[in-house]
Amino acid sequence: MTTPALACPLPIPADQLIVLGHGSGGRLSARLTEQVFLPAFRNAALEQLDDQAIVPVPGGRIALSTDSYVVKPLFFPGGDIGELAVYGTVNDLAVGGAIPKYLTVGFILEEGLPIATLQRIVESMAQAAQRAGVLIVTGDTKVVEKGCGDQVFINSAGVGFVPNGLTLGARQVRPGDRILLNGSLGEHGITILSQREGLELAGDLRSDAAPLNELCAAIVAAAPGLHAMRDLTRGGLSSALNEIATSAQVGIEIDDRAIPVTDAVRGACEIFGLDPLYVANEGKMIAFVPEEQAAAALAAMRANPLGADARIIGTVTEKHPRMVTLRTRLGTERIVDMLAQDQLPRIC
Amino acid sequence: MKHLDEYRDEALARALVDRLTAVAHHPWVLMEVCGGQTHSLVRYGIDGLLPAGMEMIHGPGCPVCVTPLEIIDKAIALAKIPGVILASYGDMLRVPGSQSDLLHAKAEGADVRMVYSPLDALKLARENPTREVAFFGIGFETTAPPNAAAVWQAARQGIRNFSLLASHVLVPPALRALLGAPGNRVQGLIAPGHVCAIVGLEEYQAIAREFHIPIVVGGFEPVDLLEAIVMLAEQLEEGRAEVENQYTRSVRVTGNPLAQKMLTDVLEVCDMKWRGLGEIPKSGLKLRADFAAFDAEIKFALAHNPVDEPAECISALILQGHAKPAQCPAFGTRCTPERPLGAPMVSTEGACSAYYQYRRHDIEAAQAELAAAGARA
Repeated sequence: MTTPALACPLPIPADQLIVLGHGSGGRLSARLTEQVFLPAFRNAALEQLDDQAIVPVPGGRIALSTDSYVVKPLFFPGGDIGELAVYGTVNDLAVGGAIPKYLTVGFILEEGLPIATLQRIVESMAQAAQRAGVLIVTGDTKVVEKGCGDQVFINSAGVGFVPNGLTLGARQVRPGDRILLNGSLGEHGITILSQREGLELAGDLRSDAAPLNELCAAIVAAAPGLHAMRDLTRGGLSSALNEIATSAQVGIEIDDRAIPVTDAVRGACEIFGLDPLYVANEGKMIAFVPEEQAAAALAAMRANPLGADARIIGTVTEKHPRMVTLRTRLGTERIVDMLAQDQLPRIC
Repeated sequence: MKHLDEYRDEALARALVDRLTAVAHHPWVLMEVCGGQTHSLVRYGIDGLLPAGMEMIHGPGCPVCVTPLEIIDKAIALAKIPGVILASYGDMLRVPGSQSDLLHAKAEGADVRMVYSPLDALKLARENPTREVAFFGIGFETTAPPNAAAVWQAARQGIRNFSLLASHVLVPPALRALLGAPGNRVQGLIAPGHVCAIVGLEEYQAIAREFHIPIVVGGFEPVDLLEAIVMLAEQLEEGRAEVENQYTRSVRVTGNPLAQKMLTDVLEVCDMKWRGLGEIPKSGLKLRADFAAFDAEIKFALAHNPVDEPAECISALILQGHAKPAQCPAFGTRCTPERPLGAPMVSTEGACSAYYQYRRHDIEAAQAELAAAGARA
């Protein structure tokens, strides 16, 4: 065995290029926002860093949100890129307490895309908009040369109305709040991964893509003291909890036994070496509710089909600010860290 | 979920902790060898359930961690050769070499693909006959047989545009180096279950005799690990030094003869440098001369540029149990999973990285306490 020889510290890896991890919703994404976007665009609404911006307009407040969709494959069990483009933006508005009203959609199409494919996506978007109760009121189309895109990219933006007197957001979260989750984790991410890798897994794996606006409105009505909601998309539950712990300067404690994960998702996660806490969802959300209103909020969630399996999964605490911890099945405690970038399947 | 839940069962785990408390009367120091075991141990906080004084040292069995920087640099250089598709496992893509990592090489235009098996890479070679497909394969006796099988198939099927950049290491030589090092503290070993499933128990029996040390072949779930720890404590208390098999659902005494044959047909033992441990004689595997046409290092004449480990990294001390991650001044500051200084911080199966991911709060509290104590003194 040799002792390490005297050497200069390793040079820092070159960070000048965009890597896929910058789009993961993890620490690299956050750094991009902090170092590139915030300094350029800084203003009070943006600084909240919530899923949507709430801005004043004459006579009230509106919520604005935008998101781009680049999923592969375009169609998968439980949904397609069009549904995601509608529900994703609807959900980002809804978790801010807003009533989503209008969407815009922008298509970036790759030369050679069959029009039938586009039609199928657009029809799906129309149905999704109807289900979510929003109108798609304007749009845009661009076509790029073959090889410069991947079939279809969609951007959608949305506007919602914020009820008077309602102020939700990560910074409203307080120690003592209970954390409610509307159902089992990881179904969307694992469905996409399995489709992409051609992995045929036992069990009914379907994306959970769904509009959460009615569920969110029900929680707002049942728990007027509600502090914040988040939908759990890329980066999964862990990213959402870590972002809130950082924004609100609080600690968060969750209980592994309370977090529902289906056998199909758990099995796939074992195969890929992934942790369901970090896997993407498209129809899951968490709510931060004062203890005395948690039971009412939970009952309201369970009364909605998209919250039938809702649970209280944890508590906000003054201890260990900015850190999320998990009580394991063995009764021990560990950190739930925010990943730097996407989880990658492990070697063994 | 069947075949999993029973190995994560709280009541079973509690019963094993009780049994351990009843059995163990001495502060035994044990090592779990495999990175998968380390990950599980830290993730479930199992070392925190042990009777006071008993200690787990986290062994060298994280294949990603011990892969030398030079070979990662070679993989990046290989990926940048025009016409080459470099395929590897997901977690290898972000391991930093001396300058950059494969994901950055990809961002710069290299064709880097994530695959789940070397056979997927072989398929890529078949589908892209005008390209050169190189599989970057690393790991212990567990991942070596499939890599050998891919080369064997490529040779048999005449797929000449496939090659392997291999960095394979063997567990027993590293264990001998650790157990034979001056000041060794390890008194019992949890042997790596999946490695033993391939190679069998013979060599571990030799190590148990040589070093008079009890060895239990262990699984990877919390109940597996606790049961293995109980079995080791029983042996130590009774003064035995035998090889026992806790992981009977996967491991047979003779291992997997088919995989062993594939290993010896295609690969041969060579000297190997380990990140964190240095050069260990006869501790690696390389392609036999018959398969030189599929050896990416030869095929592309990849330059070998030795890289020294940063002096600040105390990984050798950590792998021998002379220091804990928290005692390293660089931990969590100058050394993080995003910018690791050395082996144990590289992959989540390395000890430092697992501590960073799962129990940074304990460590920060301990460091603050140390600093406060220093200030008082």
